[in-house]
Formats: sequence, structure tokens, C-alpha cells
Amino acid sequence: MNFSSYIFLIPLLPLIGFVVLGIFGKKYFNQSAGTIATGFLGISALLSLYTAYQYFFVVGLVNQVYQPIQVFNFTWLQFSENLSINLGFVLNPISVMMLVVVTFVSFMVHLFSLGYMKGEERFATYYSFLQLFTFSMLGLVISTNIFQIYMFWELVGVSSYLLIGYYFQKPSAVAASKKAFIVTRFADLGFLIGILIFAFRGNTLDFDVLISRLTNTQSPEYLNITSVSFLGASLLTWALTLVFIGGAGKSAMFPLHIWLPDAMEGPTPVSALIHAATMVVAGVYLVARLFPLFQLDAIALNIVTYVGLLSALFAAIIACTQTDIKRVLAYSTMSQIGYMMFALGISGATGEMSLGYTASMFHLFTHAFFKSLLFLGAGAVIHMIHSNEMKDMGGLRKYMPITHITFLVACLAISGIPPFAGFFSKEEILLASYQSNKLIFAVALITSGITAFYMFRLYFSIFWKKEKQLEHHHGEGTWNMKLPLIILGICSVLVGFIPFSNFVTADGKSFHSSFHILFSVAPVSLALIGIFVAYVLYQKENNKSGNIANSISSIYKVAYNKFYIDELYLFITKKIVFNLIGKPAAWFDRNVIDASVIGTARVTANVSEKIKEFQSGKVQDYIIYFFVGILSFAIAILYIW
Amino acid sequence: MSLHLLIILPLLTLIALLFVNGLKQVRLVSLIGAVAQLVVSFILLYAFWQERSHGNTAAMLFESNYSWFKTWHINYHVGVDGISISMILLTAFVVVAGVLVSWNMPARLNYSGVEKMNKEFFALLFLLSVGAYGFFISLDLFTLFFFLEVAVIPKFLLIGIWGSGKKENSAMKLVLMLMFGSALVFVGLVGLYYNTPLNNGSTSFDLLYISTQNISLNTQLVFFPFLFVGFGIFTAIFPFHTWVPDGHSSAPTAASMFLAGISMKLGGYGCLRVATFLMPDAAQHYSWIIILLSTIAIIYGAFATMMQTDLKYINAYSSISHCGFVLLGIGMLTKISITGAVMQMVSHGLMTALFFAVIGMIYERTHTRAVKELGGLLKVMPFISAVFVLAGLASLGLPGLSGFVAEMTIFIGSWQNVDTTYRIATIIACASIVVTAVYILQAVGKVIMGPVENENHLQLGDASWNEKWAAALLTFGILAIGLAPFWLEKLIGPGAKIIFDRIVLNY
Repeated sequence: MNFSSYIFLIPLLPLIGFVVLGIFGKKYFNQSAGTIATGFLGISALLSLYTAYQYFFVVGLVNQVYQPIQVFNFTWLQFSENLSINLGFVLNPISVMMLVVVTFVSFMVHLFSLGYMKGEERFATYYSFLQLFTFSMLGLVISTNIFQIYMFWELVGVSSYLLIGYYFQKPSAVAASKKAFIVTRFADLGFLIGILIFAFRGNTLDFDVLISRLTNTQSPEYLNITSVSFLGASLLTWALTLVFIGGAGKSAMFPLHIWLPDAMEGPTPVSALIHAATMVVAGVYLVARLFPLFQLDAIALNIVTYVGLLSALFAAIIACTQTDIKRVLAYSTMSQIGYMMFALGISGATGEMSLGYTASMFHLFTHAFFKSLLFLGAGAVIHMIHSNEMKDMGGLRKYMPITHITFLVACLAISGIPPFAGFFSKEEILLASYQSNKLIFAVALITSGITAFYMFRLYFSIFWKKEKQLEHHHGEGTWNMKLPLIILGICSVLVGFIPFSNFVTADGKSFHSSFHILFSVAPVSLALIGIFVAYVLYQKENNKSGNIANSISSIYKVAYNKFYIDELYLFITKKIVFNLIGKPAAWFDRNVIDASVIGTARVTANVSEKIKEFQSGKVQDYIIYFFVGILSFAIAILYIW
Repeated sequence: MSLHLLIILPLLTLIALLFVNGLKQVRLVSLIGAVAQLVVSFILLYAFWQERSHGNTAAMLFESNYSWFKTWHINYHVGVDGISISMILLTAFVVVAGVLVSWNMPARLNYSGVEKMNKEFFALLFLLSVGAYGFFISLDLFTLFFFLEVAVIPKFLLIGIWGSGKKENSAMKLVLMLMFGSALVFVGLVGLYYNTPLNNGSTSFDLLYISTQNISLNTQLVFFPFLFVGFGIFTAIFPFHTWVPDGHSSAPTAASMFLAGISMKLGGYGCLRVATFLMPDAAQHYSWIIILLSTIAIIYGAFATMMQTDLKYINAYSSISHCGFVLLGIGMLTKISITGAVMQMVSHGLMTALFFAVIGMIYERTHTRAVKELGGLLKVMPFISAVFVLAGLASLGLPGLSGFVAEMTIFIGSWQNVDTTYRIATIIACASIVVTAVYILQAVGKVIMGPVENENHLQLGDASWNEKWAAALLTFGILAIGLAPFWLEKLIGPGAKIIFDRIVLNY
């Protein structure tokens, strides 16, 4: 079957769902909205899986290389002959992979929400926003044009805003939604300027044309963009760095990460979809999409590497101290995305050298499953306990066996314990960093140990620790909440066995990724140590963890307060932007500009009042004016003479 | 296609209004008149496409020319290109929406005991639209100026009689500043009139004729500022923008919509069609000043908006910022940026009219516009709140809505101007989209979301049918541009190219 006959349905169905449920949902479909939306997403997910099968096994491979296929591409807005915004649908290894991830996870989240959000007053609205998000995210991953990606980039931003602010009467949710939007908007400013530079220097907005022009080092565009420099760096470096800032904002990389923990104010299934599996990896996707260009510039690539590495470590440390289970997961997401980011940064362009690229995409893929599982599991827990705080939990394993088991699977996966999915992808990343730079490898290794520790801290605190007696509880949840947990749990075990380097590589050619058992000894044993420490500290209720925290109280406090980055931002925005720019601007407008307008009017009125007196009608007055006039005229002439 | 219909129709409506009595009849006649204008403008659009697709590439279509003041060679010369048609469509949309939101007249009068004077209110709205249509179709500078003035006077009465707050003061400030602008425009026009080479031995106000003549650089340098600043005052050029916040905040809803949606566009259109088109050399010479002033307006307006506490002030200051984009696009003098400037006029006209309409709806119900007294309206009036959010998102440039298309076209166009300082101006202008997000989300977060601020608000009702239609109409326009911008680009592009070619020709 030809792609073009069905593929447009994948993004179109969620769009229809959004429009229909958004306009008529409340009136006509408030009960059935969930079923309709879930049905739409189910079809989209099936079509995506079928597309993936077609692409990877039937038509994609031509001459041993996975070729990009443009299914359609039409001009949306023409600026000039060469510059236009096109809307298109491209199939290449990573976009097909993302299609599967987005529709599949979104489908799971739709299913889970049927139970989780049941009885909500704005049930239809919730689903219409979910559909809008899914549509935007799909539009983002299939982009053929750098401006198309920017447009959908903004749209996922706004759907994230709407969903974080879903509980709109909670001031904290409103504040969080604002923060998320504004921080990412600030980052998008960088992205936009980067696009403008590319548009002007590359003279195109099309991804493929841009890449093929700039990767040819003889082309006038390449010579142009590398020869012009601004503040000591070439325009290429600037453009790539600016685009990366946009990606870092969306992917919550340090120091633009501050919105992500707050974004947990949204409904938990939303966090699973947007703030764990899909939207936050958009930055990684963007860098991967422009990977051939990043390869051209060592500085930009280094920025990607070190920002990613720093974020991975930084977030892992904070995650150890947080007590809100969703925030722990948020920081762990940030940390894992850091992994993906630096894996891209250390990757080479072709063949085995590009292991980092493959590993990064692989980790993105596996992470989507186990992280959305963790969030949905957390959602199930929150649904039962009605609290996000660890201290309200404990001993839940008897009450929610399915959640318990699947959560454990996901924790093992994220910690990198074989044979769970995370093990394979993380191993590849570690291997790639080992081959490129030992320092990066060391940091990545330590971070993976910390990851195992805080994940099991979370696990033990929720399911073990106290032996709690729940008096009246409404059970673990309905089948539609359990089913996604089970499916995602199974995926978290199995997807690691996909030979990713056969399908997704930087240059489209598959290579054989060698795998050394001996190499895995260090990371796995570090992870086991992390788990063991968590076991000792948190499996039973005791004071050990508190004692440790006290003994390093100053460091603990800094980490607990997230290294005071939020306070720093607050200082900059409130004190500087509002008080030093906004207020003076508003004051200046009223008291200087407007006052001078009023002043001019008043002066005019007064002058005319005075001039009126000259017309007194008395001949004596006129004679005096006459002589004064003559006299001053004479003096003036004499003086000039 | 006769362009006279655009002037005759509102005039007929105006006359018809004189013969009817009572709010019910008055508003019915008004609605019929307004819808007729909308229909005519759509027919005009259709006829225009037809002509173009049949290969008629004349700069101006549907021209007609009558002499109405022989001694001074003043003609009633009209004709349209894509730019004028987009402005006419905008006007027609805003007129219908304005009539719809005034269905029950400004609510304030219902309890202040003033005689309502329904008839006069609607008549003035139509008089304003006569001025706007006439202005957009005129190809004779004097006629154009005449219609500009026709559009000014109704504003004074609309604000002074039906306004709120310090209405007399605001009306006075607005009209005096606009009159000052008109005076500058008039000086510029007369300057062109006397300094253009003679047309068959006689002086001429004819725009198309003047555009074919070479006016000496010195003349241009002297008279360009008069015209640009004069028209610029209408579109809130920095530092002559202070009439905007006061004028808008005092005006009744429909007048605010007309003011921001139509009247501010007269200025932008004039800057482009008269000042830049007729004096391209001066436009080049002074472009850095235009860029400077518009960049200040964009960023300074945005920051000033951030600190406002009254919804109408928020929208008024944001209009200053958004209209700065229009002038920036014109000042950058590239084909794309000029196209973007016109798009921004249309887009801003629609979204700001929508914003004022929805602010008016909120005010009619809660009797307050202070941000701190409002909260959680989404719970109380979901439709109005949804429209408010939509207008806000259009304002902050969300893709799929009109603001994004216009702003991005301006950014891309501005970036084509290779001068480094212009690039910096573009970056500053880009930066304003972040500030815009801040003030829009602040307002949305407080007014629409959050806990309900005032218990009494829980009793309030949602939008009535007329308000829903007004909002739907403007939303349709915003979406039509935002989702399918290619038709607007096709409409505006050729007109922008003619203006741009004049500039290139004179390099």
C-alpha cells in the first residue's frame, strides 16, 4: 500500500478529535469524549506501527541506506522564490520512530485517563487538549521544513500550557503553566533567530536542501556561513547554538530546566505523555534532525555535550533529595534527557563512529516506555492516596500489586539492570562515551549509579517502608488504568532487544554494534550498589537517611532547594525585568511622554491666553509695541553688524 | 465592480437610520447595512481575483475618476489593489462585529440615566466606516485626506458622549493629537502637490501620476517626515502614541474596536501608500529613524504593557507594540517586510477588535476592567473566557492564528535587510514576543484562570447570541489568515512588490 493513501490520517485524526471535542465536546460528548479520543488515537497508533513496518522492512531501504521519503509537501506561505514555509510529511528513521513513540504512548495515556480523569467536569476539554497535543507533536516530528518544526514547536508549547493549567482554579497550576510557557518561549527566541540566520545564509528553509547545501563544503552557502563571524564565532556556530537553545528550553536542559518540575502541576497522565515521553525529547529530536549540521561545527557540538552532561548529573543529584514523587520523576526525566543530549554531542558522523547518535535515539525510544510507565504508575498511586508526598505513602505493594510490579520493572529498566530495556540503551551511550572521552564516561557512570539509588529510594518509599493500613480505599483502579501499565511494562522489558543500530543511524546505513559483556560489569555493579544503598536506607522505616542528610546538611539543603536556580530566576525577572525595566517604562510613558503632550497643550492654551491681551484695542499699547519692536530690531541689526 | 458602493452603502445606512426609531429598529437597520458591506467587500475580493486570473495586471483595478474641484484639480479618483482590498475586508469585518457587540448599546448608559441616543451612536459608527472605506480606495491625495478627516470626527463624539471614565479629557487628547497628525499630513500633501512636475500643464493630487514622477531628493527629504509622522500618529508612532491608551480606555466597546481595528490602520496604510510609495528616496534616507522609533515602540510598548492593571490599558499598550511591527516592516523596505507590515495591519485589526470586544463583554457583566478585581472567569463564562484566551494567543503569535503569520513575515523580511544595526533591531523586535507572552499570560492567568475573585460574579451569564456571532466572525478572520496565509500573501504580495520596486528603482 502506498504511504500517501493513509498516512495523512495519523496526524489528522487527533486534529479532528481536537476540533470536534473542543467545540462540541462539552455539550454533546461529555461522557463519550474519552472513548472517541482513545479510538482515534488507537487508529493512529496502528497506522503508525504499520507505517514503521512498511518503512523499515519494505520500502525504506534502498541500496543499503534508509532513504528519507517525502510523502507530501505543500507551500503554506511563500516569502520569496527560495524561502517558503512548507507543510510536509517526511519519513526517515527517526521520524518514523517518533511516530510510533508518540502515538503509542499517547494511546496508552488516553486509555489510562479514561479511568484517572473519570467524573471530571471538563472531561471533554481534557481530551480535546490531549488530542491537540498529539496532533502538534506529530506535526513536529514529520516536519520537512525548519519553520514547520518551529510552528508545531510553539503549538506543543501551548498545548502543554493548556494541560499544565488544566486545574485552572489552583493558583500553583496557573503559575506553573505560565512559567513553562514563558521559559520555553524565551528559549524559542534563540531558535527563531537561529532559523533567521539559516534562512538568510542558506537561502532555504527546507531541511534537506539546507543540510545538503551546508554539508557540501564547497558550496557558496557553506563558505558564506562559515566565513562571516560575529563576536569571534562563525555564523554557523551562532546559528547552531541558538537553535540548540531552543531545543534546550523544550528539553529542560540546564539552565532552562526550571519549568519542568513545576509542570508536574498538570494531571499525572499529562506529565507521562508530555513531560516524560514526548514533548521534552523534542529538543533531542531537533538536534538529531540537524545532526549533519552540528557535525560541521565542533564548538556547537561541545556545547550540546557539556550542557547534556551537566544536566544529567545536576538533575540526578537534586532527584535524590526531593520528596514529591512526581518531582523526583521530573528530575529523573531531565537527567535521562541529558544522557540523550550528550550522546548526540559525542557522536561521530558515520558508521561505528556514530554509535552515540544511535544510542541517543535508542535511549529516547526505551525511555519513552519506562518513563511513561513510571508516571502512570505514580498516577495510579496518587489516584489512590490523593497525595504526591512520599511521607503519605509506604507499604502499598499489597494494595496495588499490578502497579507495584510494573513500577518495579520500570525502575529496573531506568537503572540499567539487564535484561530490561534501559540497560541496552544506556550501555550503548556509556560505550560511546567511553570511546570518545573518559571524563564524560566517568560522569555518566556515576550518574547512572545515582539514578539507580534515587529510583529505588522512590520505589521503596512508595511500596515498602511503612506497613500502612488503608481503611477505605477504592481499589487499584479500573481495567483501563491497569491495562496500559501492563502493556508498557511488557514493552519496558522487550524493546531493549530491538537491534537499533540496524535501523536508526546517523547516515542511514546500518552497522553492527559490538557488545562486550565485560564492559557492562562496571555500570551494572554500580547500579546494584545504588539499589542496595536505597534498600538499606528506605526499605524499612528508619532514621538512617535522615542522619545522613543531617551530616551533610549544607550540601543537602542546597540540593533540596534545587541549587537555588529558581530563586536566581525570580530575582532576575521580578527585580530586574519588572522593577528596573517594566516599571520605569510605564512611569516614563505616563509622566514624561504623556505629560509633555499635555504640557504642550497647556502651553498652547496659556500662550494664546497671553497673546489675546495684545489685542487690547488701545492705541497707546500698540504704539508701545511698535517702538519696542523697532528698537529690538535695530539692536539686533546693530549687534550682528 | 463599482467601488462607489463601498461609500454609498454606509451612507445609505446612515440615512436610513434617520428614519427609524427605537433601539430594535435602529440595530436591525445597522446590522443589515453592515452585513451588506461585508457582502460587497467579499464580492469585491471575488471580482478582483477574477480580473487577476484573467491576466489583468494593472496596478489598480476598478478605477474611476471624476473631477470634483476643477480649479485645484482635485478629483474623486478611486481604485484598488490587493493591499486596499485586504484593508477593506478588515474594515467590513470589524464593522459587522462592532454593530453586533453594540446590540444593547453601551451598558454603562443603562444605569447612568443618560438618554441613549441609539440612532446617533450607530450613525457615527457608519460615518467612521465611510471615512475608512473612502480612505482605502482613494487614489487622489486630497480625496484621501478628506476621508481621513471624515474618520476622525466621529471618534470625538463616540468617546465624548458614550465613553466612560475621563471621557471628555481622553476624547480631547485623542482628537487633538490626530488633528495634529492631519495637519502634518496636509502640509506634506500640499508640498507634494506643488513640487511634482506639472501634469499637462496643471498641478495634480493624483497618487498614481505622482508616483510616476521624479520628485527631487530635497523635496522628498523635506516633506517625507511630515507625511510619515503625520500618518504615523494615527498608528501610534513613538513618541506620539499617548492618545492610544487614554482614548481606548474611555471609548465604548465598539468605538475601541473601530479605533484599534480600523482607525489605527489608516495611519499604517497612509505611511505605506502615500509616504513610502511616493517618496521612496526619502524613505530610504530616513529608514534608520523609522526603524529606531518602531523598535522603541515595540519593546517599550511591550514592557509598559507588562505593568498595566486595566484590561483596556493592557490591550491599548500592546497595540502600540504591535503597530510598531507595522512601521518596522515598512521601514525595513524589503518586499517581504512590506507584505508582512500589511499582514500585520490586517491581523492586528482583527485580533485587537476581538480583544476589545471580549473586554467589553467582561466589563458589561462585571462592571470592572481592573485585573485584580477579576479572576476565574473560565468557571463563570466559559465562552467569553475561551475567546479571551484565543485573542491572547493570537496576540502572542501562536501558529495557526493570524499574528504568527504576520510577525514571522516581518521577521524574515527584516532579516533580508543586510545592515547589521537593522539586524539588531530585528532581534530586539523578536525579543518582544517573549515579553508579549509574559503580559498575555499574566492577564489570562489572573482574569480567566485562578480562583473566582468575586462571589457575585458566579451569577453572571455567558455570551449572548450577538456576542457569540461577533466573536465568531472575528475568529473566523483570524483563523482564515492563520491557517491558510497563502491567499493573503497572494493578495498583498503584488501590491507590495510595486511599492518595493519603486524603492529599488531609485537605489
